[in-house]
Amino acid sequence: MTEKTETGGLKAWLNADVPTSPSHAKAIQAYLGWLKLVANPLAFLGFLILVALVLCAAFAPYIAPADPLAQNLAERLSPPGSGGYLLGSDELGRDIFSRIVYGSRITLMIVTLVALTAPVFGLLVGTFAGYMGGWIDEALMRITDIFLAFPKLVLALAFVAALGAGIENAILAIAITSWPAYARIARAETLTIRNSDFISAVRLQGAGTLHIIVRHIWPLCLSSIVVRMTLDMAGIILTAAGLGFLGLGAQPPMPEWGAMISAGRKFILDQWWVATMPGLAIFIVSLGFNLLGDGLRDILDPKKSKS
Amino acid sequence: MTSVDTTQGVRRRKAASPFLRVAKRIGASLFSVIATLFGLLFVTFLIARVMPIDPVLAVVGERASNEIYEAAYKQLGLDQPFIVQFFYYVRDVVTGNFGMSNLTARPVLDDIARVFPATLELATLATIIGVLFGIPAGVVSAVYEGRWPDQVIRFIGLFGYSMPIFWIGLIGLMVFYGKLGWVGGPGRLDIFYEDIIPSVTGMILVDSLIARDWTIFWNAVSHIILPASILGYYSLAYISRMTRSFMLEQLGQEYITTARVKGLSETKVIWRHALGNVMIPLITVIVLSYASLLEGSVLTEVIFAWPGLGNYITNALLSADMNAVLGGTVIVGLVFVGLNLLSDFLYKIVDPRSR
Repeated sequence: MTEKTETGGLKAWLNADVPTSPSHAKAIQAYLGWLKLVANPLAFLGFLILVALVLCAAFAPYIAPADPLAQNLAERLSPPGSGGYLLGSDELGRDIFSRIVYGSRITLMIVTLVALTAPVFGLLVGTFAGYMGGWIDEALMRITDIFLAFPKLVLALAFVAALGAGIENAILAIAITSWPAYARIARAETLTIRNSDFISAVRLQGAGTLHIIVRHIWPLCLSSIVVRMTLDMAGIILTAAGLGFLGLGAQPPMPEWGAMISAGRKFILDQWWVATMPGLAIFIVSLGFNLLGDGLRDILDPKKSKS
Repeated sequence: MTSVDTTQGVRRRKAASPFLRVAKRIGASLFSVIATLFGLLFVTFLIARVMPIDPVLAVVGERASNEIYEAAYKQLGLDQPFIVQFFYYVRDVVTGNFGMSNLTARPVLDDIARVFPATLELATLATIIGVLFGIPAGVVSAVYEGRWPDQVIRFIGLFGYSMPIFWIGLIGLMVFYGKLGWVGGPGRLDIFYEDIIPSVTGMILVDSLIARDWTIFWNAVSHIILPASILGYYSLAYISRMTRSFMLEQLGQEYITTARVKGLSETKVIWRHALGNVMIPLITVIVLSYASLLEGSVLTEVIFAWPGLGNYITNALLSADMNAVLGGTVIVGLVFVGLNLLSDFLYKIVDPRSR
């Protein structure tokens, strides 16, 4: 991986044996990680899929040929390829391709919001419990176990039932049901770091608990959290789509992929494309997350890649 | 996992007598189970509290006078402090009183007892499929680590993880039922076979065998095979991945080298020696995947109109029947905790080291 190439400044700088500054070290690390990612074709494929998702969401108005909400009842349920409908039209004559393109924004929003809440909360709980130990650890982990003992989808269903159907509540329910796994991971990492010499050294220098947790423990927990998050994202997309399918997530006329499948369910025997196309989109995106997560696990965890 | 840790801690301290040690261990796991169940009930209680539906109105109706409303309010215990209400709720659940379902106008517990066998039947068959295909797939990919059979199996597994189960269910129905006509459609039986055989276990495959009615048995098989295969695919993905990593661990051990050096055939080394040791941790994996199928079948049941617990909870949800939703949630949680406990327990029985 670390072959030396004699081609010019940037590459040489990235391949330097001895980093000259902390940011240089980070750049080298990122570069080596990138090389490993490119060397793993499946992980790279996953990465490309996610890049495509982000681009699709960002440039939706330019990619989609039609308004995702524009109805044309005269041409309802047209098969793929006919009448300018690339992937066919749905029961209200809306262009399925355009709806899928706009739906990527909803998927990306769900993924981002869950990724910004559940792992952060789990990290807070896990590191705090692991570092403090004693009864705080006991109590926090007991609560975590209670949430882990609950089946995720059923708990999410119950939460949505109580809070009311809608995309915000679906996201909230998913976040509430997915933080405990991160808390467990963060705690396990903290327990191994807590008693190491460098933590004792920092503590002798007078650093407070909060400083140690935030500046010295969090950075070291990050890689396992990120791997777990990437692998979880596929599950989160599937759960969100499932809630949408049951009519508890995004509400019509939002072009949410799960809800689109649900609408196409009635026509599955004769107009197969209405339900099949959005399902393909869900499948491709969650496959992307799974492939990337699988690869990241090998890249970020040297123990596992050897075995 | 946690209880394994605690037992090790207990052993390290070398408790006085083996009897005391066992008693302590049972006490610890009993405490953890009760604490978990208590927390579970607290969460469902909180959910019931935050829901926007007025429980009094659900009882007395929209046009009740203020006096009737007040009386019902008191009767439901809503004038009591929060914590007292919670203990009323725990008392009700412990005595098996989950309230009445608004949808079916029957006690929720009766409803659940009626629908649960259908879920059990589906999840059991799916787990059998997952085990039958998942373990050999995992063994093969460990033996061919990094080569094409491994990559193919890994890819098949990732496919399984990535597919929305309700979508693949719909497509399966469209292809195998709609176009090819190879399998039965939604439901557990064709409509004209329903309610013919006496219900003994509530599981149609078993009931029809008891009644020796082969027509109904094969009809039931044709209905269950598609949803069970789809669910089985999911557990296959999980089981084969875990089998692979356990096998890799075993194949690197010295006793495997010894067996090979002694001239044992490769088949025997892999399928007898290595797999034999893998079976111990695998039991835990299989029980956990069984538990997740019991709950994960919600969407499959909806697609296949399978009259099980998942379908019941979903229907209750859509008609705002909170007693049924929360009752179902508690039952699923109970089963989940119970199976987790069972997997810990099995692990201890099978693995001589953890005795």
